[in-house]
Amino acid sequence: MPAPHAKPLAPTDDKRWKIVETRMRRMGDRPAALIEALHAAQEAFGYLDTDALHFVGDKLGVPHSRVFGVATFYSFFTLKPQGEHTCVVCTGTACYINGSQEILVGLDRALHVKPKETSADGRVSVLTARCLGACSLAPAVIVDGEVKGKVTAGELVAQLEAM
Amino acid sequence: MSEIPATAKPIRRRATERVLEEPPCATAYVCEAASCMSAQAHDISARLGESVAAAGLSDVTIKRVGCLGLCAAGPLVEIAETGQLFERVRPENVEGIVQALKKVKPTDTRQPQGPFFERQLRVATENLGRIDPESLEDYVDRGGYEALKRVLSEMTSTEVRDEITRSGLRGRGGAGYPTGLKWTTVAKAQGTQKYVICNADEGDPGAFMDRSVLESDPFRVLEGMAIAAFAVHATEGYIYCRAEYPLAVSRLRTAIRLAQRAGYLGTGIAETSFNFDVQIRLGAGAFVCGEETALIASVEGRRGTPRPRPPYPAVNGLWECPTLINNVETFASVPTILRKGAEWYAGIGVGKSKGTKVFALAGRIVNTGLVEVPMGMTLREIVYDIGGGIIDGRPFKAVQTGGPSGGCIPAQFLDIPVSYESLIELGSFMGSGGLIVMDDTSCMVDVAKYFQDFCRDESCGKCVPCRVGTTLMYMLLDLISRGEATLDDLAQLERLAGIVQRTALCGLGQGAPNPIFSTLRYFRDEYLAHIVDRVCPAGVCSITPAEAIV
Repeated sequence: MPAPHAKPLAPTDDKRWKIVETRMRRMGDRPAALIEALHAAQEAFGYLDTDALHFVGDKLGVPHSRVFGVATFYSFFTLKPQGEHTCVVCTGTACYINGSQEILVGLDRALHVKPKETSADGRVSVLTARCLGACSLAPAVIVDGEVKGKVTAGELVAQLEAM
Repeated sequence: MSEIPATAKPIRRRATERVLEEPPCATAYVCEAASCMSAQAHDISARLGESVAAAGLSDVTIKRVGCLGLCAAGPLVEIAETGQLFERVRPENVEGIVQALKKVKPTDTRQPQGPFFERQLRVATENLGRIDPESLEDYVDRGGYEALKRVLSEMTSTEVRDEITRSGLRGRGGAGYPTGLKWTTVAKAQGTQKYVICNADEGDPGAFMDRSVLESDPFRVLEGMAIAAFAVHATEGYIYCRAEYPLAVSRLRTAIRLAQRAGYLGTGIAETSFNFDVQIRLGAGAFVCGEETALIASVEGRRGTPRPRPPYPAVNGLWECPTLINNVETFASVPTILRKGAEWYAGIGVGKSKGTKVFALAGRIVNTGLVEVPMGMTLREIVYDIGGGIIDGRPFKAVQTGGPSGGCIPAQFLDIPVSYESLIELGSFMGSGGLIVMDDTSCMVDVAKYFQDFCRDESCGKCVPCRVGTTLMYMLLDLISRGEATLDDLAQLERLAGIVQRTALCGLGQGAPNPIFSTLRYFRDEYLAHIVDRVCPAGVCSITPAEAIV
């Protein structure tokens, strides 16, 4: 394993970088900590910008190309800032056969946002998830971290518009 | 529940000691697993606590427990002494529960709770809904860590491996590889450093068995891993868990901390010279990471792409060391097998499929939820007796097992006993245990297209057959679903599916054609209806009008 690089500095003096640094240090600042570090950075900042990717790579001794490769391979990581509110629509099998497609169509029709997009006014981001494991509540969505079960497109649009 | 193990101590010893006291002791179990939590179970438990305090019932315990199983009817509250179950509890129903708790008498015994519960046989899930997932005492009270202590003090690692081999336990992650054999391979592999990895990257859509076990009984998985580590001479372990399961991750973290503090993890476990510690690694939303070589790459902090096997991880795995990888449910079965004996476990099941299997029931079924049944139970018993049949009494069309590598089983095979072998014979696959029930409102071409879309999206892109093949198959299925395909396209689809199955690098690609094969095998008429008659019998697909096709 390559040795950790000489102390790269955090891109800004934002305190949240301390959290990311601690998480990397706990794993010995080794390349194996890459995914954990990206998780920490995304938890702290909401998304991964180029500065974050460079900093994490320098700190762990991983080439930038590889950091970018890992960050784009895993669908959990996002390189774009999210809207004010996020709406994750589950597209697991149980939700699919109970009508999750209609929800996505409804969102597109009413708010003009497709999956992985943010509305033009920056208010709502729509994401999809493979399976939330909330199959008994199918179709399920997560609005700002709160799981909602048995939703219809109409209700969801009304809720998002009211927020 | 009827299958409380004989060795487990009564859950509430205090209750029997104070038989004559008033008011009587009573316990309300509030399900706080993900499904009930998202139905505001947490509010219910807080309100219940307030109401009980307001009613002056000092001897009533409100206990938050893991998954009670009947997720469709959440939030769930159960009275431990009587087995009375309150479904779809709303804040206004809390008073009724308090009244029922007041009426509990020390002489009460648990009443049968209906076929959903009575027809199950719980091994890996025996503590689900019975213990507080964040209480080590609760777990120990139910016989937890007895097996590990006995293993460390009385058995050699060879004896442990033999016991698991004789139990007939097979990998519960899907492929059904004999667990004892895998353990022996790792134990005999060269190398001083060995690893144990728990695969908790439950990616199959519609499957939530591992999530429920981790959320409801995390210590059991840790105990199973420790026993496995002793059996294969490993000292370090990892749990690779999906980041999409925040509750499971947080409960695991708590369980690891408590187990370390109590000396069940770390150095000198249970006052012996055995050392073993566990760390959590989070997945990041890549389905392919359920494949063991991809999982290892991800634990090492790299892109989760598989590599050709052999060498198998059992010989050359994490950081090129021998590595044992088992699924959550496999590890969860281990403590009970060692406590009750290999013969007991091998006595359950059918043919080469021994023991029990946890299934997640979902889709168009009444009792959506988590069940554990002996191998060899028929699909009809699972779907109709336990599952309560189809929603709105509609006709059953198929049950999908095995996730995106599995297949759809039609009604004529409902009476076939479920085992690894029988499902493969039917062109499906056990998989991790998601059972998705479909009625006549599902179009099988659309279902095949859905799974192909999934595989296309989740293909890691390393090998051509999977990267290109899944996309081509998806495009053909899309053409069929829009009524724009010809019979030549169908033949092309079948040929392509065969090529991908034979030549893809890992299980994702090799399994990707399975939904196509199985739907073609049993529902070819639906494909033909789309192609020849240009109609979707279920009315799901939007067929392009004839005049719009150029």
